[in-house]
Amino acid sequence: MERKWNKSTLMGWQFVALPSALIIIFSFYPMLQSLLLSFQSGKGTVYHYVGLDNYVRLFSDPMFKQAVLNTLLYLIIQVPIMLMLGLVIAHLLNNPKLRFKGFYRTAIFLPCVTSLVSYAVLFKSIFAVDGILNQMLLSLHLIHEPIAWLMDPIWARVVIITAITWRWTGYNMIFYLSAMQNIDPSIYEAASIDGASKTRQFFNITVPMLKPIILFTAIISTNGTLQLFDEVVNLTKGGPGNATMTISQYIYNLSFVYTPNFGYAATVSYAIVIMVAVLALLQLKVGGEKR
Amino acid sequence: MKRLTTAGVHLFLILASVVSLFPFVWMLIGMTNSSSDILKGRFSIGSKLMDNVHKLMEMTNLGAASWNSAVIAIIGTFGTLLLSSMAGYGFEIYQSKGKSRLFGLLMLSMMMPFAAVMIPLFRMFSDMGLLNTPTAVVMPTITTAFMIFFFLQNTKSFPRELLQAGRVDGLTEWQLFTRIYMPTMKPTYAAAAIITFMNYWNSFLWPLIALQTQEKKTLPLVVSSLASSYNPDYGIIMVAIVITTLPSILIFFLLQKQFVQGMLGSVK
Repeated sequence: MERKWNKSTLMGWQFVALPSALIIIFSFYPMLQSLLLSFQSGKGTVYHYVGLDNYVRLFSDPMFKQAVLNTLLYLIIQVPIMLMLGLVIAHLLNNPKLRFKGFYRTAIFLPCVTSLVSYAVLFKSIFAVDGILNQMLLSLHLIHEPIAWLMDPIWARVVIITAITWRWTGYNMIFYLSAMQNIDPSIYEAASIDGASKTRQFFNITVPMLKPIILFTAIISTNGTLQLFDEVVNLTKGGPGNATMTISQYIYNLSFVYTPNFGYAATVSYAIVIMVAVLALLQLKVGGEKR
Repeated sequence: MKRLTTAGVHLFLILASVVSLFPFVWMLIGMTNSSSDILKGRFSIGSKLMDNVHKLMEMTNLGAASWNSAVIAIIGTFGTLLLSSMAGYGFEIYQSKGKSRLFGLLMLSMMMPFAAVMIPLFRMFSDMGLLNTPTAVVMPTITTAFMIFFFLQNTKSFPRELLQAGRVDGLTEWQLFTRIYMPTMKPTYAAAAIITFMNYWNSFLWPLIALQTQEKKTLPLVVSSLASSYNPDYGIIMVAIVITTLPSILIFFLLQKQFVQGMLGSVK
């Protein structure tokens, strides 16, 4: 019996060995390479160790600061708006008596099927200076002259935040909706009998019960936003100036647009690694404290 | 009061639906208009559809781009499904201390930002002479911790008695996997296939780095390069966007349940 168990444990390795090796080769090994590269400098294929030079440069690099600031700005504004919106919509759709909810759910979820490049370009055409949105706002007398959405540093950021919210709200909504369906309806019935309003039920029952899933979506959204690339590149190319540039785009530019400097680019990439790790830990600590 | 609230809820949801659907309507209408009409915000069906299609065919190698996208997405999906399900199955069915440690380690890779691995990956594929090939695009994400986790979670509800029965019938461990596990887990495979296909089909950053020549480019790269040209022709771009988006929309409407399940992944 003991021998057979050992044999079966060993057999498991034939299933996990190759996939595990691939993850190590294509994720862990490059992570290590990147770390080593972050202490090197050079051009083309010739690189030499420069100690902490790249890291020193990081702290006096205005472009890096700008990219970090932009990325954090998207994170702090966009993620909470999107998660709250997703939560509210899921709550409204979770009402069994609501009519047309299948339609609403499908419509709000549909943006998730678009590729990031496609929707970014679509938004670019919608937000053109003489474009459809300005036309609509003008005809509704909400504005007096067209807004140069993508040419203005503030508006360009607003457009990016709007676009990302459009693409991902339905995605988060689906997570909340599926979690809400697992909440026992008798809890709500009891609360109704006790006279708790729908709003109070939302804040005192739904939100606390959904805490693990909210935490989960917060972590994946944070992770995604810190790596933001496709949308910004295709909507604004990081402009005007560098007003909308993200860290990922800066790394791409350092590696493939400007004179290639893989060493410094790797250093910048470790800034994202640290931010992802710190924010995930922070969220786990804040979100997990009551459990 | 109650009626009023319901009306308010519907109003809000209608607004949210209109905002969500508008870009889709916009792209379908835009496909039939000239670039200057699109940029002037013309919101009615025009007569330029065939013009736009012809120009798109002339300006880009659309056939090649669609082919490249399809090859990458299909090979990538088959590879990911096979490898990730093997690992999810192996980690769950043959549990051991060593394997669970390895699994924990692999999960860490979910937190690794792609920007941090792309330069070494670029150099790796460049050294192997594989840049500008579908292999380079497919390989780095052919197994992901996310997908392994997805299969592992779903394997938890797989009836193990079936394996015991198979062993009695004299099947080898591999046959148990291919003849019993795989057919039983069809819904899980379907959900995983959809999400993986979409990821490959829509991917942008890595193909942008790994594919360099025009004839190797995928659809998102074509859309992006059309849109970033000095004087972009939005009529053409809209056609390209519709072609890029169509497969995803079709899959969504045909397999809505699996689609949503795939998105939700292993979160229950």
